[in-house]
Amino acid sequence: MVLAASSQLRLDTNWVDYVLIALYFVFVLGIGLYAKRAVSSSLDFFLSGRSLPAWVTGLAFISANLGAVEIIGMSANGAQFGIPTVHYFWIGAVPAMLFLGVVMMPFYYGSKVRSVPEFMRMRFGTGAHLVNALSFAVAQLLIAGINLYLLAKIVEVILGWNLYISLVAAAVVVLSYTTLGGLSAAIYNEVLQFFVIVAALLPLTIVGLYKVGGYGALKDKIAATAGGSDQLSSWPGTNLTAIDNPVLSVIGLIFGLGFVLSFGYWTTNFVEVQRAMASSSISAAQRAPIIGAFPKMFIPFIVIFPGMIAGVLVGQVAAAKKSGSSSFDYNNSLIYLIRDLLPNGMLGVAIAGLLASFMAGMAANISAFNTVFSYDLWQTYVKKDRPDGYYLAVGRWATVAATLIAIGTALFASHYSNIMNYLQTLFGFFNAPLFATFILGMFWKRMTATAGWTGLVSGTLAAIVVSILGTGVLGSLSTGLWSLSGQGASFTAAGAAFVVDIVVSVAVTMVTQPRVESELRGLVYSLTPKADFHDENEGVLSWYQQPVKLAGVGLVLVIILNILFW
Amino acid sequence: MAHTASTSGTPDSSGPDTDTGTGRTGRTHRAGAFDMRNFIAALIGIYGIVLTIYGLIGSSDAQAAKSDNVNINLWAGIGMIVVAAVFAIWARLRPVIVPDEVPADDGRPAGH
Repeated sequence: MVLAASSQLRLDTNWVDYVLIALYFVFVLGIGLYAKRAVSSSLDFFLSGRSLPAWVTGLAFISANLGAVEIIGMSANGAQFGIPTVHYFWIGAVPAMLFLGVVMMPFYYGSKVRSVPEFMRMRFGTGAHLVNALSFAVAQLLIAGINLYLLAKIVEVILGWNLYISLVAAAVVVLSYTTLGGLSAAIYNEVLQFFVIVAALLPLTIVGLYKVGGYGALKDKIAATAGGSDQLSSWPGTNLTAIDNPVLSVIGLIFGLGFVLSFGYWTTNFVEVQRAMASSSISAAQRAPIIGAFPKMFIPFIVIFPGMIAGVLVGQVAAAKKSGSSSFDYNNSLIYLIRDLLPNGMLGVAIAGLLASFMAGMAANISAFNTVFSYDLWQTYVKKDRPDGYYLAVGRWATVAATLIAIGTALFASHYSNIMNYLQTLFGFFNAPLFATFILGMFWKRMTATAGWTGLVSGTLAAIVVSILGTGVLGSLSTGLWSLSGQGASFTAAGAAFVVDIVVSVAVTMVTQPRVESELRGLVYSLTPKADFHDENEGVLSWYQQPVKLAGVGLVLVIILNILFW
Repeated sequence: MAHTASTSGTPDSSGPDTDTGTGRTGRTHRAGAFDMRNFIAALIGIYGIVLTIYGLIGSSDAQAAKSDNVNINLWAGIGMIVVAAVFAIWARLRPVIVPDEVPADDGRPAGH
């Protein structure tokens, strides 16, 4: 994602805008200072002392993902592809979030692990743990750097600040609140960020729709463009998947995006799961992703719709859509729309929302990194059995180091953005087989430790091989042997990773020795007494506080949304 | 499991946001300013007030024309004040109860 550096994107800010932006930063740092008072142990720092209410962890759960890629990228997709973009939310996120809450969260929370890799270690031992912990930690540093670069870039483009100054300034802000308040500060800021983003994007969408002449007029104007009718119904989404055959496109969306990619991301990515783990009880932890699924369903309306509106209202975007130009950078659509529609005042709120989103993305990466580094790498392999305060200090220093490395990564990204894109794709491959290994391990007691790490490694390799055979997925590394490209290629790569992981895990399990069953209590479904996962308060919870019923409501709602935009 | 007539006299009466309070004994106090809802109410409320005032004193015609002469600052400002009020009232009516002392065994892992 590269934003145009042209002065066309310079936003016409005045003093009110700066006052509103400054206010936001005062709150961000204030939350860091407040959260610091609650940090007295490493568990407070890394998991908020497991004390947060479900609505807070639920909103943080989706806010941690509501970063640059989501807001800029999904509005760009909205401008380019229209309605089919909703699949990233309704197919590619909500079902997996509900599944995490109902099925997998009890294992994570009930086994009392402090991170996703730690669950890996308890279930499969150190082999799978090292693969998971190392790839996760390195990926987080990389993604934190990319988020930081995008943040600095947007400040440079819309406010005209020097790139390097904004880079360091942004890093200092994130560093100060995450080292002070740990995960609590990150989570509280993510919740605040959610509301600022809604406050920015909801009025933008409403005014945009008003100016176009309502949703009916928006549909008419999009239908009049080339390929416009494809952009108004969600299925089969051939324009989004780049798979011409509608049947294959639907299969690709459901299994590739909806199953392998999304379950891999939402159920095993510690950046997300960590937020739910900070909840105050097992049912609150289960509820966190389920509560998050509700706003997640409606985010498309304030992210994708502005993109579609920009495709009609903003001259440059509309011209690009009309000519079908493939070189146009749709990533600027949202900023163009903000520039054209919002007067001073709301403009400041919109800029605060964008900065909030980019900063929270980076803070989420760093707070997940410092936990995995301190507990899973340092405490497990380097210095065991130190007093708790030692690991708290390690966590603070890891945060400082991660921020410095992120600055370095961001500088690298500013020169070699293509390489960064490919690296990010590459790290995405580590997610795909994780879900296969986790789900097998949670429900199949025989699965062995050797099967754990061999499945992961071979699944990841399968994804890499498929991408090398495809076209353009890894730049010049891709040989183009198959004509698969774009989304279709990543669905196939993820699918291959999943299948190979399952096959290898099953085959290796057959020839290796399973673990003693008594060691697997709380880690494998059939060996865990129901009472272990039972919340003692469950009997007195209202229906909307019971995870399964709440998830059922969510599922019905997302099906209705899918039908409405068929 | 069936939860009949659980609306009165249960520890749950303090609301969905107070899971920490349920099932714990000992003296408790209100979380006060650290309640996240107060932070949200304060920031969104200040945004609302600033936008409303700025919308009322008016900006230039060129600025207003951007949004087809809809006074977006005023309307968004009023909306934000309402949202802020809802959060402030919610926090007032259902305060977070936190225990003064953390119970010795609260089901947390060793090392806490």
